[in-house]
Amino acid sequence: MTLDSKIPSGPIEKKWDTHRFNMKLVNPSNRRKYTVIMVGTGLAGASAAASLGELGYNVLAFSYHESPRRAHSIAAQGGINAPKNYSNDGDSIWRLFYDTVKGGDYRAREANVYRLAQVSGNIIDQCVAQGVPFARDYAGYLDNRSFGGAQVSRTFYARGQTGQQLLMGAYSALSRQINAGTVKFFPRREMLDLVIVNGQARGIICRDLVTGKIETYAANAVVLATGGYANTFYLSTMAKASNATALWRAYKKGAAFANPCFTQIHPTCIPQGGPYQSKLTLMSESLRNDGRIWVPKKKGETRKPQDIPEEERDYYLERMYPSFGNLVPRDVASRRAKEMCDKGFGVGSTGLAVYLDFADAISRLGKHVIEERYGNLCDMYHEITAEDPYTTPMRIYPAAHYTMGGLWVDYNLMSTIPGLFVGGEANFSDHGANRLGASALMQGLADGYFILPYTLGNYLASTKFDSVKTSDGAFKEAQSGIEDMIKRLMSINGKKTVEEFHRELGKVMWEFVGMGRNKTRLQQALKEIPQIREEFWKNVKVVGAANDLNAELERAGRVADFLELGELLALDALHREESCGGHFREEHQTEEGEALRNDKKFSYVAAWEFAGVGTKPVLNKEPLKFEYVKPSQRSYK
Amino acid sequence: MDFKLKIWRQKNRNDKGQFVDYEVKAVSPDASFLEMLDILNDTLVKKGEEPIAFDHDCREGICGSCGMVIDGRSHGPGRGIATCELRMRVFRDSDTIVAEPWRTKAFPILKDLIVDRTALDRIMAAGGYISSKTGGVPEANSIPVPKHDAEESMDAAACIGCGACVAACPNSSAMLFVAAKVSQFALLPQGKIERKERVLRMVEQMDKEGFGNCSNNYACEAECPKKISVTHIARLNREFIRAELT
Repeated sequence: MTLDSKIPSGPIEKKWDTHRFNMKLVNPSNRRKYTVIMVGTGLAGASAAASLGELGYNVLAFSYHESPRRAHSIAAQGGINAPKNYSNDGDSIWRLFYDTVKGGDYRAREANVYRLAQVSGNIIDQCVAQGVPFARDYAGYLDNRSFGGAQVSRTFYARGQTGQQLLMGAYSALSRQINAGTVKFFPRREMLDLVIVNGQARGIICRDLVTGKIETYAANAVVLATGGYANTFYLSTMAKASNATALWRAYKKGAAFANPCFTQIHPTCIPQGGPYQSKLTLMSESLRNDGRIWVPKKKGETRKPQDIPEEERDYYLERMYPSFGNLVPRDVASRRAKEMCDKGFGVGSTGLAVYLDFADAISRLGKHVIEERYGNLCDMYHEITAEDPYTTPMRIYPAAHYTMGGLWVDYNLMSTIPGLFVGGEANFSDHGANRLGASALMQGLADGYFILPYTLGNYLASTKFDSVKTSDGAFKEAQSGIEDMIKRLMSINGKKTVEEFHRELGKVMWEFVGMGRNKTRLQQALKEIPQIREEFWKNVKVVGAANDLNAELERAGRVADFLELGELLALDALHREESCGGHFREEHQTEEGEALRNDKKFSYVAAWEFAGVGTKPVLNKEPLKFEYVKPSQRSYK
Repeated sequence: MDFKLKIWRQKNRNDKGQFVDYEVKAVSPDASFLEMLDILNDTLVKKGEEPIAFDHDCREGICGSCGMVIDGRSHGPGRGIATCELRMRVFRDSDTIVAEPWRTKAFPILKDLIVDRTALDRIMAAGGYISSKTGGVPEANSIPVPKHDAEESMDAAACIGCGACVAACPNSSAMLFVAAKVSQFALLPQGKIERKERVLRMVEQMDKEGFGNCSNNYACEAECPKKISVTHIARLNREFIRAELT
């Protein structure tokens, strides 16, 4: 496999413009002759489907939800970045680019990141025109706040529901195209395989989740915008249905999987309460703007937080990082919280939590300001824990939250399979080893509104297509493969539920492949995951029928894939003998406990190529060159 | 905590359906209602029985997937929460709890507690948008929006499209849902240009789907997980009359 990133030549600020001019165009009257399959209709998928439909392509959009509005993009709270410099604090495209490359710990592709920063301003314009009710100041202009690790205020927000509002914008645009007939939307369909004809991605196999019918669809190109794979950890902040099946099946058909070990643990989640718990709830890290994080100085403290005097509290982030304080990047904040708890300073009934305290901000600004800024988050916290965060500090703990890794894509967002494009969290391209806050919404919409519509057109215009029908052999073969897999799952009739296997995998992933990774633990994971997988295929119990609405069967297929992906994740983590961003190898740290990169050996993208289940995949490397932002050790002191 | 449950089971769209009794034991008061159902389902699966089908996804009250009528109320007891946010601590130990799907003609039952709410998507497709194209829009700050209008627009835009308003309404009206979208756009300068066509088309589709009319019952507001105010229905009516008459 050769990895050609297809980064255009020329100075970085000209690359995208030059490339746009050089790309081929499809004549407007010919566009309807091209069919594009969009799998997933969250932020990236809905915005891409809407934009492609508007251009005149024939778009078939698929979602396992009943409506695009249910996608997990909706849960993003904090905001979306754009270097508009409305706050007059020195922001610029260049600064956002620099911050993102640095924040990603020098493991992202410079050209992609620059383009992202470049188009991010257009996204805000677009969303405002769609009627997204962003927060505004009293003069009626858009308000900005500073967010997770940024020293400028460049984050646009709609209360704590920014993801919801942006998704509703994209869903509105998509609804308009559905009405116009350019996009056909297929609800409650799950993609189960990719169909390749003559080396090109030409279609998909899906299951109608209501009737259980296996369906086939053909197209000129396929786009996956199916989100990330954090549910490999079982407990995460992801929605329950979020899964990696579309990505994984494409990987098994030849798409390289890049940097799977780059996973993000979010520092501000509500801690786990009990073993029944089904998911973890994220609290926007915007809370860290006004909330101060601390633990008691005394181990095993039993007093209520309000009764612990100021001098007996350790505001450890402010102590360790005087200039960034509570706003250090996510990976740093998460790791330090775990470290404090591991040392015995943790609070709450499990000892796996730290305090996030609004008391200072309330006395400085008044309760009404905190209410206005974080009202919905405080309500949510109160609902879940029955504690009032205005009077008692919140308890928070890190949780798996986002995956920077994903299918490898070139500058055009095309995977190693011609005609298979990947957008949003599902691809690997822009965040390197760590994603900064308010950058996920930005990347999803950048890919969907402003990148895929151009690069897909270029592919369609410059590719020769044979006529392909769903009655062709490749479709039949893929379809019967999926039908066999379903039959196999249904016929095992073992003793353990799908959920039990998922929890078991999640435990291994969190313990051995979670925040602090080391060789011994990773090797342990690589031993245990295949054992769980083996048992799964012998002892899983899937009740119900295949030709019916069957949530157990849906989950079984997804967990089967997580059981393979988890192994790749651990393998990638083991091979990357350095610490960078969210990937922290305990063997590789500075004396002060900071991540220690090894740029000489690991300044590359690890793109893994499938070689069979249980067989070690082939490692391909895309070297990363940093011409504009010179790698240095990240310092937030 | 222990509970007795009466849960609606229905194989598919055509099945008649019925309440089935279950028991769950030793549930933590901190567990959510859906986690309680998870625990029940786990025991059903182990016995080889089909688990109760219910829609759910984000489990933090924002995706709008979950929703059922619990003890006669959309999303159960409490205000301003979706079913996934309902905690078992609000019930009393050994309570009997009744759970059934949204009941309205416009939402056919697919299985057990899962209904088909695509009628709401069709209303959206009829006009729930501003027809701006990708690209070709002005700089974001070129049109100021009074803060108060933006805030009120956001109040309406908070709708999660769960359908609780329809289920709560004696007329199965979807007017709070439609009003939220119409109101969000009508309050913004960007949305004013198409305000007439939008309200007429959305209301027409709403009627076509078989949703009833508002009769000022206000159950929708009381049960809305995002506490969307019925004053938006007043605005919808104004928008509608304005569009009809001008």
